[in-house]
Amino acid sequence: MSSTFDQVATIIAETCDIPRDTITPDSHAIDDLGIDSLDFLDIAFAIDKAFGIKLPLEKWTQEVNDGKATTEQYFVLKNLCARIDELVAAKGAGAS
Amino acid sequence: MRIEYFQLIDRILDLNMEEKTISVEAQVPKESTIFEGHFPGYPIMPGVLLIESMAQTSGWLLLALMNFERMPFLAAVKEAKMRGFVAPGEVLTIEANLVHEGSGYAITDNKIKVAGKLRCNATIMFTHIPFPNPDLRGHMDAMAERIGFPKQALLP
Repeated sequence: MSSTFDQVATIIAETCDIPRDTITPDSHAIDDLGIDSLDFLDIAFAIDKAFGIKLPLEKWTQEVNDGKATTEQYFVLKNLCARIDELVAAKGAGAS
Repeated sequence: MRIEYFQLIDRILDLNMEEKTISVEAQVPKESTIFEGHFPGYPIMPGVLLIESMAQTSGWLLLALMNFERMPFLAAVKEAKMRGFVAPGEVLTIEANLVHEGSGYAITDNKIKVAGKLRCNATIMFTHIPFPNPDLRGHMDAMAERIGFPKQALLP
């Protein structure tokens, strides 16, 4: 079973036509990979489907805009994957 | 259709909040300056307007699902197929269903049929935000009234 990062990196590579080997856990989706907000919606859709979750993009954006969080917390891929794992775990806990 | 106002939906035929589907009707005008150019001697409805018709249909569905608290805006046409010509005067039945409800965005599938036969289909992505001002909300309320939007289907 592939790791969350592997799945997310594959989604990004396929969705945005970015070479897979340039995507690392430390890549910033916006600053390093050049993904814009519309392309990120496609990524979010693919992640939502793949993991059965709903990435809270609006909440994250609001927190960044309000200065309560940095973009690194949500858009550096290792951090994004950690958030995904949390959401998957929360979903599993809710279902039990 | 009121093409000159870009108001392409005439009336809502069905809105199913549980199934998250909508069906609307829209009659292409028999005459319009658009057909003088598209095309002289062979008038057909432009594909971009058919896509916009599907987007507006989905827009009404999303407005309903968001209880008229947020306004959807066209973000991306994922795939659109113009399978047959649409002529002046034809009556379109446009169906849309929600494919995915994300955070601040939604994706729908859409079909245009004429006399039961598929003419166009598209998958469309929308972003949505709280109504930016009361004027737009008021306008959408008035439009909803005009096309017979079933407000009783909304949450109290």
